[in-house]
Amino acid sequence: MAMKGAIVVDRERCKGCGVCMVNCPVQVIGLTKEVNAKGYPICYMANPEECTGCTNCATVCPDSVITVYRVKV
Amino acid sequence: MDVKDIIKPENKVYGKCPVMTEKVLHYCPGCSHGTIHKLLAEVIDEMNIQDKTIAVSPVGCSVFAYNYIDIDWQQAAHGRACALATGVKRLCPDKYVFTYQGDGDLAAIGTAETIHACNRGENIVVILVNNAIYGMTGGQMSPLTLEGQVTSTTPYGRKIELNGYPLKITNLAAQLDGTCYVTRQSVQNAAAVRRTKKAIRKAFENSAQKKGTSLIEVVSSCNSGWKLSPIGANKWMEDNLFPFYPLGDLKDK
Repeated sequence: MAMKGAIVVDRERCKGCGVCMVNCPVQVIGLTKEVNAKGYPICYMANPEECTGCTNCATVCPDSVITVYRVKV
Repeated sequence: MDVKDIIKPENKVYGKCPVMTEKVLHYCPGCSHGTIHKLLAEVIDEMNIQDKTIAVSPVGCSVFAYNYIDIDWQQAAHGRACALATGVKRLCPDKYVFTYQGDGDLAAIGTAETIHACNRGENIVVILVNNAIYGMTGGQMSPLTLEGQVTSTTPYGRKIELNGYPLKITNLAAQLDGTCYVTRQSVQNAAAVRRTKKAIRKAFENSAQKKGTSLIEVVSSCNSGWKLSPIGANKWMEDNLFPFYPLGDLKDK
């Protein structure tokens, strides 16, 4: 059974550290070119169709900005 | 399937822990403190002990931990967190008491308090965040700084003949009869974060069972103090700190 996932990022709290990016096993996450009010780039789903909702990104996020959703397909 | 169909409240599998407050963390991007705060909050939430937990915050970056985890806090003078936690635990023996300290706080100015609290076997949990420098004050050498490590007070690297050997305080605490659980963990990847969370949970349970002091050292990164990127700091930590501070349980009785 395959899993499909998606993440929602709290854009104003994200500090663009990229720890989620390197911990994603399927390279879903990228960093935006534009920045938030604090001047940090923001993580986003650059490759959304690959996301399995494994929660690794949210688990390692130091600022708890990532919410993960998952469905069985 | 469209992303909009996945993002629905019933499909949520992981989000911000309700025990964390709404305040934005003041830590640098990628700082391990945020992850460790989150783990503590999650364990407190899962054990349903939010109103039964009293924590002691140290001096250092994490002095503001009381703004982020929604439990009762005391703030100790530099290094004295274990002494204060002893008092709190003895006055309120049915509460869960933990200290949250950096390596400069716990292993330099607070060595005596830490060692004696561990030796007395106080039923508290001690969280040691070891980033091998004094992070808040500008990256000075701490007792846990590695040999040869460049810091702002050892610009040519730490020299043994001048600065002595790095102090493995966790190994020292494991020798003491008062400690029941001594472990060294990290939070640089998802597997490590999950292991650290398990360790924190176990430490809180030991505290409830009055087994003695539990000490959890979390080997952490300080990317601004080390002058590296967040990802580069995690890599440096794996390459340099882990060989000297190997991860795993040192004592579990």
